[in-house]
Amino acid sequence: MTRNAREVDVLIVGGGPAGLAAGAELAAAGAGRVEILEREQEAGGIPRHCHHGGFGGRLDRSAYAWASANGTAYAQASASGSAYVPGSVSGPAYARRSVAAARDAGAALRTGVTVTGWAGPRTVETTGPSGLERITARAVVLATGARERPRSARLIPGTRPPGVYTTGELQQAVHLYGQRIGTRAVVVGNEPVGHAAAATLRAAGVQVVAMVTDRPAPPVRPRRRRTPLLTGTTVTALTGRSRLSGVALRHDDGRTTTLRCDTVVLTGDFVPDHELARRGGLVLDPGTRGPAYDAAFRTSRPGVFAAGNLLHAVERAGIAAQEGRAVAVPVLHRLAGTEEPPGGGRRLVVDAPLRWIAPNVTGPDGARPQGDRFVLRTARRLTRPLLVVSQGGRRLHSQRLLLPAVPGRPFHLAADWTDRVDPHGAPVRITAR
Amino acid sequence: MNVTLTTAGPLPPEEDGATYDVTVVGAGVVGAAIARELARHDLRTALVDAADDIGSGTSKANTAILHTGFDAVPGSLEARLVREGRDLLAAYAAETGIPVERVGALLVAWDEDQLAELPRLREKAARNGYHASRIIDADRLRTLEPHLGPGALGALEVPDESIICPWTTPLAFATQAVRAGVHLHLNCRVRGVDSDAEGHTLTTSRGPLRTRYLVNAAGLYADEIDRLLGHDVFTVTPRRGQLIVFDKLARDLVGHILLPVPGPAGKGVLVAPTVFGNVLLGPTAEELDDKTATGSTAEGMHLLREKGRRIVPALADEEVTAVYAGLRAATGQEDYRIQEYPGRRYVAVGGIRSTGLTSSMAIGRHVVQLLAAVGLDLTRPRALPPLTMPNLGESFPRPYRSAGLIAQDPAYGTLVCHCEQVTLGEIRDALSATIPPHSLDGLRRRTRARGGRCQGFHCGAAVRALFEEARP
Ligand SMILES: Cc1cc2nc3c(=O)[nH]c(=O)nc-3n(C[C@H](O)[C@H](O)[C@H](O)COP(=O)(O)OP(=O)(O)OC[C@H]3O[C@@H](n4cnc5c(N)ncnc54)[C@H](O)[C@@H]3O)c2cc1C
Ligand SMILES: Cc1cc2nc3c(=O)[nH]c(=O)nc-3n(C[C@H](O)[C@H](O)[C@H](O)COP(=O)(O)OP(=O)(O)OC[C@H]3O[C@@H](n4cnc5c(N)ncnc54)[C@H](O)[C@@H]3O)c2cc1C
Repeated sequence: MTRNAREVDVLIVGGGPAGLAAGAELAAAGAGRVEILEREQEAGGIPRHCHHGGFGGRLDRSAYAWASANGTAYAQASASGSAYVPGSVSGPAYARRSVAAARDAGAALRTGVTVTGWAGPRTVETTGPSGLERITARAVVLATGARERPRSARLIPGTRPPGVYTTGELQQAVHLYGQRIGTRAVVVGNEPVGHAAAATLRAAGVQVVAMVTDRPAPPVRPRRRRTPLLTGTTVTALTGRSRLSGVALRHDDGRTTTLRCDTVVLTGDFVPDHELARRGGLVLDPGTRGPAYDAAFRTSRPGVFAAGNLLHAVERAGIAAQEGRAVAVPVLHRLAGTEEPPGGGRRLVVDAPLRWIAPNVTGPDGARPQGDRFVLRTARRLTRPLLVVSQGGRRLHSQRLLLPAVPGRPFHLAADWTDRVDPHGAPVRITAR
Repeated sequence: MNVTLTTAGPLPPEEDGATYDVTVVGAGVVGAAIARELARHDLRTALVDAADDIGSGTSKANTAILHTGFDAVPGSLEARLVREGRDLLAAYAAETGIPVERVGALLVAWDEDQLAELPRLREKAARNGYHASRIIDADRLRTLEPHLGPGALGALEVPDESIICPWTTPLAFATQAVRAGVHLHLNCRVRGVDSDAEGHTLTTSRGPLRTRYLVNAAGLYADEIDRLLGHDVFTVTPRRGQLIVFDKLARDLVGHILLPVPGPAGKGVLVAPTVFGNVLLGPTAEELDDKTATGSTAEGMHLLREKGRRIVPALADEEVTAVYAGLRAATGQEDYRIQEYPGRRYVAVGGIRSTGLTSSMAIGRHVVQLLAAVGLDLTRPRALPPLTMPNLGESFPRPYRSAGLIAQDPAYGTLVCHCEQVTLGEIRDALSATIPPHSLDGLRRRTRARGGRCQGFHCGAAVRALFEEARP
């Protein structure tokens, strides 16, 4: 097997918002040869096929459409094709901008090139139409993103007919390929991405029969919806043979029904695309399922950094891009030989019902995470929870949240306790009461 | 090469001289193997199937093990055909590039009773002509399978049990048969049979088909075809097996095919590697009466996950890639029901239960001999055109890692399905193959495209676009 061996200064795997932002920042900072590898024919990542507004703009605002669970305004904004948030743009436009920014800064962006594995601690193997390569870098940034769990991974029983989608596949089918979808659809999941799926279905002329979530109804009913939302409802089976014919449901009170439809979209339930990280033997965080990482985006392997959705599954594109920009600083330290020695960090561990925390390793010395706060997610709704941080029984910090923490949405923990962590002590625990 | 493959419209009319010498009903792995064996002879042979693809019945949904037959019922026809079939298929796989890995099996004893059973199983293997099995103790077992759950006391090691690609096998048989002149008619359901002294007229969904000899290899429906000929010998009841496929990242957890010690409830649930680099857990065994009940159930998956947790606890944390179910053709008899009918120009191939993939080639030979016994003039056999199948196996060279192939054609360096690392070149090849797919599932069985962990999140639309472009 002949592989063309090359060396670069920084190799970035993944040309989504995180990877492109990292590439732009590093190239602009004069990091040397900065190469971004993207396996798709076009770079840009997920936004390439998100044909709704809500990308870019001021971060707090741009987040709105995506983070708001109220789909009405959101769907209207996307149906009218206009950017909902002032200063924000559609996904494809955002993707084009991010690509241009990386190129203009001088990063080498190569599309249609897939990193298929490792050949050394900072050496990867690639496949592309021009052949096989082995690329060694002084620093590697993994920015491989996340995906939605498909039907099989959710263990939804029944037959296996066509007509079953994740949002990712649906958006590409409709927006990139103009494919026919169906006539009547059920959307599973009530997170923002579920509303994006519903908007895409409508854009494709598909009637959305209902949105279904196994979560309980929120205490405050949102405005009247165009589509019925069935809360506390679990999908128990899919039926149909040559084509999906229905979705069997069980409500929390034990009632069962079957909704007739020819399409079902399974939304949310994101999981990091961590294959490369895991194949490289990087330590993963059991909660996020992404690589364990500290405030400097360092993984367990020296010189290998990570950014974006790979770290914590899905966040807004703006957050991923911000992480991409932020990773540049520690990477530059690495290149300059001024990096703090790795390995001193303590693991951050959450107790149920908390699902994960990110970053999930302390350090390096004095470093604070993005925005001076940690991101958390919960498995069930918590009304004004008290978050307690402790190490080996010693309380480091406690903090009452003013808003409820709900599944499917991030909430935050202040980071001003990190300097109280004993660098030689036990893992740090975070509990919610 | 003159290939006859039809999928729609009336069948070739009789005045075109289209009376077949032999017609095989059912293009599963068994029917395809029989057709391939017939293709050696100068005969007009037809292979018909009700579905739009070959191998889309039970043959697409099994545990994909190339059995040694060590645990068959000694002296049965099944025992003999599995033993012969294994050798034939292993050799054929090596010749044509069907992925096979000799990973070996371990029958794990989880309690004293099971441990006490191992010597008997070893003797049974010997009675089946298999002498290489040996009993190993708990320490050795743990060295071989460090991720095995706690409490295993020992095992019977069967070093020759292998895993094989279940999809390439029938496709290879059918491709070679068709290239050697066998006519393949898909979407062609046999609804009636009229027999006379010269042969049979089949009523099919695509019109009449005249044939001198008839082979019934209709799998779950073999009893119904048999009844169309006036027999009432056996009834096929489907026995469903549900299976869970775990992510490739779980592959290192399992080295061997991990079998339970068989009890009264049958062969039980196994954990096994697949040639695609995944880990399989299953199957269940459920007696049903619906021959189309290939769905999975919550209970089935719950049961499998419980069993899996015991066998390899770390599996519980791994992502699930796929869930499927297959139906075994049980007939209430612990053996195949292969029966020739002198004077009727007919061979019934029924009850090919849970070993038909392994025994397929031996069944093919056996059935052709039976056809000769009921009067078919075979003429001298000829060599079949050589065949090389595209490799779907993870342990064999795949195009995305072949510098030579990519240099010749950059399409082999263009990845379309990222989870399974399937290239544009492979998809194009499959779409223009001798027997092309007629659905995305058919394309998946030929290339693995869309069959990986994301199940189409990343590549689904792109693969569909390629399929629709080639087969509008
Ligand atoms: C359906 C959907 C709708 C969304 N809507 C919004 C919204 O309205 N507003 C908003 O702000 N955010 C939205 N988001 C979230 C946003 O898209 C993501 O947060 C953002 O794309 C994450 O960026 P990333 O770079 O981490 O990952 P990605 O965008 O996923 O990019 C990862 C890239 O890495 C590439 N890659 C992976 N592995 C390899 C490899 N081995 N070799 C080479 N390349 C590789 C992939 O092809 C991909 O291009 C949405 C997300 C989804 C799924
Ligand atoms: C869960 C499970 C696990 C298994 N594991 C293994 C294993 O590990 N190793 C092994 O060797 N074997 C295994 N098997 C057994 C193996 O899969 C079967 O023995 C084999 O696939 C049977 O092939 P077949 O050709 O007889 O049937 P099928 O594949 O079902 O083919 C029959 C064909 O006949 C067609 N047909 C039916 N009726 C008509 C009609 N009226 N007109 C036209 N066409 C018709 C159908 O469309 C179908 O394509 C397993 C089976 C199951 C279910």
